[in-house]
Amino acid sequence: MTAAPQTRERRRLRGLPGFYAVVMRTAVQSQFQYRTANYLYMLGMIAEPVVYLVVWSAVADAQGGAVEGITAGEFAAYYIVWTLVRNMNVVFTPYGWEQRIRQGELSGQLLLPVHPLHYDLAYFAGWKFVVILLWIPIAAVLTLVFSPVFDVTALELLVFVLAIWGAYLIRSLLLEALGMITFWTTRVSALYQLWFTAELLLSGRLLPLALLPGWAQTVAAWSPFPSTFGFPIEALVGNLSTGQLWAGIGVQLIWIGVGTLLATGVFRLGVRRYGAVGN
Amino acid sequence: MAGTRTDRDLQALRLVGTFLRVGVQNELQYRTNVLFSLLQSGVAVGTSLAVLALVFSHTDSLGGWSGDELLVVMGVHVLMGGVIRSVIQPNMQQLMDDVRQGTLDFVLTKPADGQLLVSARRFEVWQVVDVLVGAALVVVAVVRLDRPVGPLAVAGFLVALLLGVVVIYSFWLLLTVLAFWIVRVDALVELFDGMYQAGRWPVSVYPGWLRFGFTFLVPLAFAITVPAEALTGRASGWLLLGAAAFTAALFAVTRFAWRVGLRHYSGASA
Repeated sequence: MTAAPQTRERRRLRGLPGFYAVVMRTAVQSQFQYRTANYLYMLGMIAEPVVYLVVWSAVADAQGGAVEGITAGEFAAYYIVWTLVRNMNVVFTPYGWEQRIRQGELSGQLLLPVHPLHYDLAYFAGWKFVVILLWIPIAAVLTLVFSPVFDVTALELLVFVLAIWGAYLIRSLLLEALGMITFWTTRVSALYQLWFTAELLLSGRLLPLALLPGWAQTVAAWSPFPSTFGFPIEALVGNLSTGQLWAGIGVQLIWIGVGTLLATGVFRLGVRRYGAVGN
Repeated sequence: MAGTRTDRDLQALRLVGTFLRVGVQNELQYRTNVLFSLLQSGVAVGTSLAVLALVFSHTDSLGGWSGDELLVVMGVHVLMGGVIRSVIQPNMQQLMDDVRQGTLDFVLTKPADGQLLVSARRFEVWQVVDVLVGAALVVVAVVRLDRPVGPLAVAGFLVALLLGVVVIYSFWLLLTVLAFWIVRVDALVELFDGMYQAGRWPVSVYPGWLRFGFTFLVPLAFAITVPAEALTGRASGWLLLGAAAFTAALFAVTRFAWRVGLRHYSGASA
């Protein structure tokens, strides 16, 4: 009977869920060691939303209190939640694929019996738990400074918690697919930059999507970008109806499907062209 | 013996000229990079203009600035960004590496002023694209302003711009000199890059405590807002005089910090 717990432990770690559990735990432990570096990085990120918030608050003031019905307090709520969603948006970068392929680091990963995508997804997902923990004091300070207006229902909170992980998955899968273009050419930085610019303008990162001109809102609605940024924020701080909330989750599921197909498809085609270099 | 002060100044100027030439020759090897710089510049300016258009589709003025006046601010922001990326940042990053690896010895043993040498070694000529694009933006903005801009305003603008370059240079060197004490200062550089984005808007837009920070802690006000104010007729002679005094003070502090930092530097394989 004494061997029973051990067997159970071994069984738990077998298979893909076991792989995720181990990698995520490793990520939490190793990233906690670099908590100061993580914190400086997170503090550096605050400048961006604070600038947006200040500019839109100034516009709201100039317009007699609100822009398109959004008040200064609502802008504050938007950009404070923004800081968490931005951190959920940090995923394995496409530049990382360039290094993996150019320096032959991929060779080792190909020998494992798990798809390389799983490692990235698991590692960054584990890291998120550290980030969320570190984020709480930052959010508290921002809340004290900018006095946001929050009006959150239980359903909105539930959808938000689901949506930030949906956002994480969608952005991970799409950027993995984008990064794997390095299998064919290593001069991709221009392409990445165009992608990131489109994302900045159409995702809700730069400004709430309601402030875009009509045609741009239409373009954004057909792109994956709002699902990764604007939707999770709006789910929590906006006034979406129950139907809109679940529809947003539905759209996220569609993009998770598209992203999975793209990432696995591009990998299958690309890996044939991969010739290991290095020592 | 080249002992007199003017002789030494002349020699220093010649030295900077030589470094500049070598830097340009080095970069001319990689000609396709100009295309990337152009594209990068184009995307960055396009984004800035889109942001400006978006903001001004909802309002007519921001903190007392019109759209065309803010275009001046953005032009200066892009221009100054080009100066930073072509001269200041490459040199300072080289300095950080040298301090970390102990290779600063090779600079310090040369018979010229150390601060001058570490500040003029690298020159990334393709980044000058941003300087030209920024200048073009400023010109376009001035043409679109529906009031004449006199020669005095232009002169004030040029002086303020020059002071701004010195302020940004001094501030960067001050940050870099920290490397003598804490070896890893990369995170500070990231932090500065994030802050620099705030200079896209005139500091008067920011609430009091932030305005103070962007004026004296991270001197974006003197580097970007003051030149733009000079060109749009907002700056008095007193403001320019104040900017000059601040610049001189910051430069002196930096020079002092450099000397103290050097004493902390222990050299290669120490």
